Amino acid sequence: MAMTVLKVALYILLAPILGGLMEGLDRVVSARMQGRQGPPLLQPFYDVYKLLAKQTTVVNSIQILFVIAYLIFTIFTGSLFFGGGDMLLVFFALSMSEVMMVLAAYSTNGPYSALGANRELLQMMCYEPMILLVAIGFYEVSGSFMVNDLIKVDSPAVFKIPGMLIGFLFILTIKFRKSPFDMSTSHHAHQEMVKGLTSDISGNNLAFYEIAEWYDQVLMMGIVAMFFICKNPVSIIVAIVACVIFYLMETLIDNVFPRVKYMAMLISSWVVILVAAGTNLLILSVLD
Amino acid sequence: MFLVKKASLLRNLIAVVGGFSIMATAIMVGIRVLSMKGVTHNTYLTNTEAIDHVIMGGEILLMCIVFFLSIKYKKYYAILLSLIGTVPVLWMDLSGNAVEGFAHLRVDFLSAVMILIVGIVGILICIYACGYMKDYHHHHTEVADRSNYFLALLFVFVGAMFGLIVSDNLGWIYFFWEITSVCSFLLIGYTRTEEAVNNSFRALWMNLLGGCGFGFALMVANMHFGIANLSQLTSIVPRQNMFVMVPVTLMAFAALTKSAQFPFSRWLLGAMVAPTPSSALLHSATMVKIGVYMLIRLSPMLKGTFTGVMITVIGGFTFFAASLLAITVSDGKKVLAYSTISNLGLITACAGTGTTEGVWAATMLILFHAVSKSLLFQTVGDIENCMHSRDVEDMHGLIIKLPKLAFIMIIGICGMFMAPFGMLVSKWAALKSFVDSNSVWLVLFLVFGSGSTLFYWAKWLGKICTVIHQSYELEDITPRSEMISLVPLTSMIVVMCFAFPWMSDHMIQPVLNEAYHKNIPNVIGGSDVVIMMIMVAMIFIIPIGSRFLAIGKKSKMTMSYVAGVNAGDDRHYIDSFGKERPLYMSNWYMTDYFGEDKLLAPSIVISAIIVIVMLIIVVGGAF
Repeated sequence: MAMTVLKVALYILLAPILGGLMEGLDRVVSARMQGRQGPPLLQPFYDVYKLLAKQTTVVNSIQILFVIAYLIFTIFTGSLFFGGGDMLLVFFALSMSEVMMVLAAYSTNGPYSALGANRELLQMMCYEPMILLVAIGFYEVSGSFMVNDLIKVDSPAVFKIPGMLIGFLFILTIKFRKSPFDMSTSHHAHQEMVKGLTSDISGNNLAFYEIAEWYDQVLMMGIVAMFFICKNPVSIIVAIVACVIFYLMETLIDNVFPRVKYMAMLISSWVVILVAAGTNLLILSVLD
Repeated sequence: MFLVKKASLLRNLIAVVGGFSIMATAIMVGIRVLSMKGVTHNTYLTNTEAIDHVIMGGEILLMCIVFFLSIKYKKYYAILLSLIGTVPVLWMDLSGNAVEGFAHLRVDFLSAVMILIVGIVGILICIYACGYMKDYHHHHTEVADRSNYFLALLFVFVGAMFGLIVSDNLGWIYFFWEITSVCSFLLIGYTRTEEAVNNSFRALWMNLLGGCGFGFALMVANMHFGIANLSQLTSIVPRQNMFVMVPVTLMAFAALTKSAQFPFSRWLLGAMVAPTPSSALLHSATMVKIGVYMLIRLSPMLKGTFTGVMITVIGGFTFFAASLLAITVSDGKKVLAYSTISNLGLITACAGTGTTEGVWAATMLILFHAVSKSLLFQTVGDIENCMHSRDVEDMHGLIIKLPKLAFIMIIGICGMFMAPFGMLVSKWAALKSFVDSNSVWLVLFLVFGSGSTLFYWAKWLGKICTVIHQSYELEDITPRSEMISLVPLTSMIVVMCFAFPWMSDHMIQPVLNEAYHKNIPNVIGGSDVVIMMIMVAMIFIIPIGSRFLAIGKKSKMTMSYVAGVNAGDDRHYIDSFGKERPLYMSNWYMTDYFGEDKLLAPSIVISAIIVIVMLIIVVGGAF
């Protein structure tokens, strides 16, 4: 019990720092890929610090409620995961927090926000199946949905469910809103609909959103790490290396591919999920 | 018993008082049965020759009603189906081939749960109908006011439901089964417009077809096995006697038609033309629940059989296809209809697996779905009365226009798909049961279906939550009698969120123990329940907390961003000619990809093939 509390506390304290650093790294590496100097590594922290100091303008009074709910539920989701909870519950809580963000955008009645909200919902529709399948894949490996049981397996999950990892990495691009799937809002300045989802969010609210994104990124990389962790302690190092590689791969993809149309995203993601993860599941069920 | 009602005030009074007394009785019976530990046999009426004659007369009467109306509207195929279904059963009864059963009524735990659902949700809908019909005829002057007849039908319907749930004799179940078919037919055709008549006949023929299946199952059970009771039929072990799967499959087929699974979904969609209370009744508490109730009864027999596999495939497919179709429609009632079909698909699939988790999830889903869906239907009906539209797009900014109804609606929608609420808990159990029973296709249907379910609910929720500037509250003309129904339903959803571990222990576990004749370990429990409770608490604490802490109160208000060309508010902008233009963002419907004209026909064809294959292999294989 004390161990769980410690883990959750560590997550709540360290995740924003780690998440901010990851984003800073992403920006530096992106800049180098594009042959420019780029911002310092700590730039995301400067940004959020400045946002927190600015006056908040809102378009209605319930907007802030939804953004705060988004932040709290994201933290809750991550705590559930790093506290060793039930994977399915983690994912249900995750989709709840996402819906909160979409509602924040909807509530503004702004055209760019509304468009962003619709696109974000579509993005959720794309990655939701895969996220549930990942939980099922872990269940097939360890016979339990509990994260605590999964880290005690004999050999890493990736040997048994490589297809799930492929599918998950694919939807990770959608989840992180990286190009070619940066539809609802983009890290880049060249989004065709201003800032989409976050167009009408400013000041404190935008800072909360950014912090929630950091928590979310750490959670997602935690799930990637789960594919590699087993009871052998060396596996933790392997997992960290894998996370770094896959995170940099996302940066590369972000810089290489242009944005696609939404139907291309839906079809490609569902096909990849069906082929990679579905086949994986089918083979596992035949082997059993 | 409610046929004589003339003066409208008196009528409402009778309906409310009568309704509540029925509800009180139902709750009493339900609780008494549920509080009996271990005792599962409450059988009544062993000797019933006189009542049997009454029922036979009733069957002939039903046939006559169908005859009369079919001739009146020149739809002769209904007569044929009615004949095929009823005459052989009558012949069997009259020629003495029918077997005398032991007990005709049997109230067990599953019956008790269903009695609670029908007693509470069904009766609340009837009470709601009293106020609603007055407004309805106020707006729809072209429809002849036959609301007395309408209310009487509603009560007959609920009565038939009670009959069906507590009957154990297959002949009796068949009789009540046919009453509900004919009642729904009469309710759908209430307005007598051409569309209503066509839709009502579609509902009739599909349900009569199911009735035929049930009738034949009844005959096989009586004449081949010498069994007259459902409980006896379900105690046969399929592995010892494969022929028993013939009546079981036929009954499952009948259940599919009643529960509006593909390919029989279109009657439920057509049922929307009727006034809202009847759609609420058909969709949530009664009609469609009979089918899944039957499947849950049969569920232990379906485990690991070919029929079970086919039923789960149809259910899973329906869940997925209907949720895609729900994305493409903007008529509020139609979204609800597709979502009903989709959820029933999930229940069917759960029951078809025949595992304990499957039955647990199915029963839980029935409970939560009945409450949430009837609430949503009634709210949409009220919104329609206030705004003269039930289109989701017109609900833009409902939270400003009709805050009270919008709030109720948000709770209803959250109850259908959001994380800590009941439906998702059941979905979680369903997923577990599918994984455990190793059915990969079902898992895939479920995960993809969840994605699209999320999409259509969340975009509706978003429309409601939009805050529009300079928009004013509309007059909320919802009468008090409707609030009598809405408020308890809303509070029930909230209470059920907190009470579901208790419900699982005291309502669902006994059902499982009874169906599988042994003690089943807890399906859900331990730390998960605690976490879910935390989530539910958070949902309620965050809005309340922010109100008291005054978060964001000091923020500066501005207009939403329209690239700097706002024209005074956030609903108009100034175009390049300097003219002011209105601005409106619609939701996505993606009709080009998942439209009804694209998906509906293929889905029906695919599922029809599955059903026909199932019938041919099981029934044909037995001979």
